[in-house]
Amino acid sequence: MPQLDFANPLLIAQVVWLLIIFGGLYLLLAGRVLPAVGEVLENRANRIASDLEAAQAAKAEADAAMAELRAATAKARGEAQAAIAAALAASTAEAQTRADALNARLAEQITAAEARIDGARAAAMGALRGIAADTATALVTKLVGTADRAKVDAAVGQALAARGNA
Amino acid sequence: MAAEGKAIDALSQFQLATSLGPIGASVNFTQSNLYMVFAAAIILGLMTWGMRARAVVPGRWQSLAESAYEFIHRMVTDQVGDEGKRFFPFVFTLFMFVLVGNMLGLFPYAFTFTSHIAVTFGLAAIVFVLITVVAWSLHGKKFFGYFFPEGAPLWLAPIIVPVEIVSYLSRPVSLSIRLFANMVAGHVMLKVFATFVVMLAGLGSVGPFLSIMPLTLNVALVGFEVLVAFLQAYVFAILTCIYLHDAVHLH
Repeated sequence: MPQLDFANPLLIAQVVWLLIIFGGLYLLLAGRVLPAVGEVLENRANRIASDLEAAQAAKAEADAAMAELRAATAKARGEAQAAIAAALAASTAEAQTRADALNARLAEQITAAEARIDGARAAAMGALRGIAADTATALVTKLVGTADRAKVDAAVGQALAARGNA
Repeated sequence: MAAEGKAIDALSQFQLATSLGPIGASVNFTQSNLYMVFAAAIILGLMTWGMRARAVVPGRWQSLAESAYEFIHRMVTDQVGDEGKRFFPFVFTLFMFVLVGNMLGLFPYAFTFTSHIAVTFGLAAIVFVLITVVAWSLHGKKFFGYFFPEGAPLWLAPIIVPVEIVSYLSRPVSLSIRLFANMVAGHVMLKVFATFVVMLAGLGSVGPFLSIMPLTLNVALVGFEVLVAFLQAYVFAILTCIYLHDAVHLH
């Protein structure tokens, strides 16, 4: 196996050169190359972080605008409902007053009509009593020859009262 | 397994030779070292040329460079914790060097420097020296407490301490032999089956048909070796991280 031929001076020389090459590679990578790569990655991470931040801020703004819109909508709805309720109340009240006024007028007319009817009935009843008295006086005069008007009146009143039509 | 006629010669691929002509020969610069330089150039190329755009939205090469960076960065911070960040360049160099070395070795005619125990042991020795120095500089004499866990009964010390010392000292050995053995085994197998292809192809009229079998196997083996190349680099790096964790936190 050539790898175990330690008598070969090239074997040791190979390791010496390995140390030189590996050391040089390490110094170059550690000193210049890797920090540059790390910088690129860090820049990207910062960029992503700031973009995320901006996106979050924009989202917060949008959320605030949304909330504002919702509040405005709710307020407008509340106002509209209040206006509707007020209009409804006003119209109900007006309708009520009108109905009351109408009722009052009707009641007045009814009482007036009732008074008129009562008057007419009383007049009719008064006329009936006179006619009855006259008729009774005439009948009594024809039968008896004479009639006491006061007595006839009383009797007629008594008879009418007995019928309950007085 | 000497090269005699048509015999299978699976090991000459690991033979060291000087490269870069007389200049390389005068400083014993081997072809193994040449591939180390290639690997270093590829890593530096990926991490600088690939990252040259420094774009917020990365292109293909930049993505590759960034995923390599983040993969190792995550490994180091997961295993070692935040104190491990200063070891990140070292672990990154180690992982990429081993990975690219393994991958380069899979190209035909290429030399696999990770198939040399001297190289893998050299890398493991760097890790071993590093973890020992880190543990010593962070914890001073308390570092020796590492070999005797707190709370263990005192009469067990004669058993625990030697076991812990041996396990500590065997770290670079197991680390280097694991990588070395995996790479050698894979490349020997590739070479053996590749030789079968040639040998069977020479067997008269049925030979070319028979040789399809080892060829198929070799195709599968190459895929498998790509997996091994990545896996061994990963194992090397993660074990380094675990050792660093022990060095920083002492258990």
